[in-house]
Amino acid sequence: MVLPQHLRTLAGVGAEVSLQVDAPVTAARVLDALEARYPMLKGTIREYGTGKRRAFMRFFACAEDWSHTGMEAELPGAVAEGKEPLLILGAIAGG
Amino acid sequence: MSRVRVLVGTKKGAFILDSDGMRKDWKVSGPFFAGWEIYHVKGSPVDPNRIYASQSSSWSGQVLQRSDDGGATWAAVGNKFMYEGAPGTHQWYDGTPHPWEFRRVWHLEPSLTDADTVYAGVEDAALFKSTDGGANWDELAGLRGYGAGQDTHAPAWQPGAGGMCLHTIILDPSNAERMYIAISAAGAFRTDDGGKNWKPINKGLVSPFMPNPSAEVGHCVHHVAMHGSRPEVLFMQKHWDVMRSDNAGDTWHEVSGNLPTDFGFAIDVHAHEPETIYVAPIKSDSEHFPLEGKLQVWRSKTGGNEWEALTKGLPQQDCYVNVLRDAMAVDKLDTCGVYFGTTGGQVYASADAGENWAPIVRDLPAVLSVEVQTL
Repeated sequence: MVLPQHLRTLAGVGAEVSLQVDAPVTAARVLDALEARYPMLKGTIREYGTGKRRAFMRFFACAEDWSHTGMEAELPGAVAEGKEPLLILGAIAGG
Repeated sequence: MSRVRVLVGTKKGAFILDSDGMRKDWKVSGPFFAGWEIYHVKGSPVDPNRIYASQSSSWSGQVLQRSDDGGATWAAVGNKFMYEGAPGTHQWYDGTPHPWEFRRVWHLEPSLTDADTVYAGVEDAALFKSTDGGANWDELAGLRGYGAGQDTHAPAWQPGAGGMCLHTIILDPSNAERMYIAISAAGAFRTDDGGKNWKPINKGLVSPFMPNPSAEVGHCVHHVAMHGSRPEVLFMQKHWDVMRSDNAGDTWHEVSGNLPTDFGFAIDVHAHEPETIYVAPIKSDSEHFPLEGKLQVWRSKTGGNEWEALTKGLPQQDCYVNVLRDAMAVDKLDTCGVYFGTTGGQVYASADAGENWAPIVRDLPAVLSVEVQTL
């Protein structure tokens, strides 16, 4: 997966992060694995309590917007196989 | 020789400014957490190497940072701020009920006796406490009336222009059970039992924008300051009016005196003279800049009412910056140093209690907070 720059800095990682995720590969499971390895990212992509995607964070996979698809939806096979990244981007919201 | 370390939070990162006791030559470090809003950075009075920083952004929410080596290195600690029980509602700007939603930490107040204990004032207004160096946070929910006997009228609280923030936390050095907090726009509150029960302490405040200008809650308190040697005396910069209490907030009276405008955000007390106080007057609630483009700190040596302008070294023309509520601080050196930051990115220092000023830095991002450690 690919994180936005400010979260790469926070976690101390490079452009791409590889994670081992058991099937079915969903955004929720990818984030579970990400947060387990990098606990400082908890609460920064999805909210505590509700587990919802934070409003200004967007998810893309295989050139499609997955932001509104739901955390439990299965991601494209290319992402599950590690051929394509799950992209997390910050919305262009000024600031 | 003693040293000072100035901790600066800005809209786009944190900075640390170091100097010796002369406070003339400065080393600037940073930005730390570049690109993030740093609402507050504050060191523990027990262990000055222990520093806490509130890091947040609209995109990624709240992160809490901790340093154990005076700001050289940092590590993210706990950022899980969950309201106790059902969060309930407060008033929205239009008076309708609005659910309590956590947004960010405005203010961090390390304990006076334990480096691992720290309080966090958050938006939407609530008070949290950590006893493990910031790893875990629990709400002191009695402030919002949750599970407590006192009615703090929390459903009637409403946000100020900057959000409904708990921005001021003052610990009483003479009484471990007593603490003060302030919320925009609810007012000031006090606990006398370590945070279980709270009561509004706003008698004497008058806010003409309210339907009942003297109501028990609803006042837009901007900041409160106390001198540790006289913890029952409090000074307040309200939305308009500079106020004073001589009885731990039970009653307040106005001490704006001859100030050219009594609107402002910041207020602080001299480190060694408990009757000497400082404010940074701002023109009005719609014009957040100094009067006539002249940046001035005003000082009272009489605990209010009689004020003098301190201008030497400060821009006296074409200056239209603001000084935010947590952006003024004092050091504890013999000749008390006074510091403040501006939304124009300047941090000014005076090594002689306000007589003369010089910028430490001129071009930081907008300054949100300034704290000083005397080492």
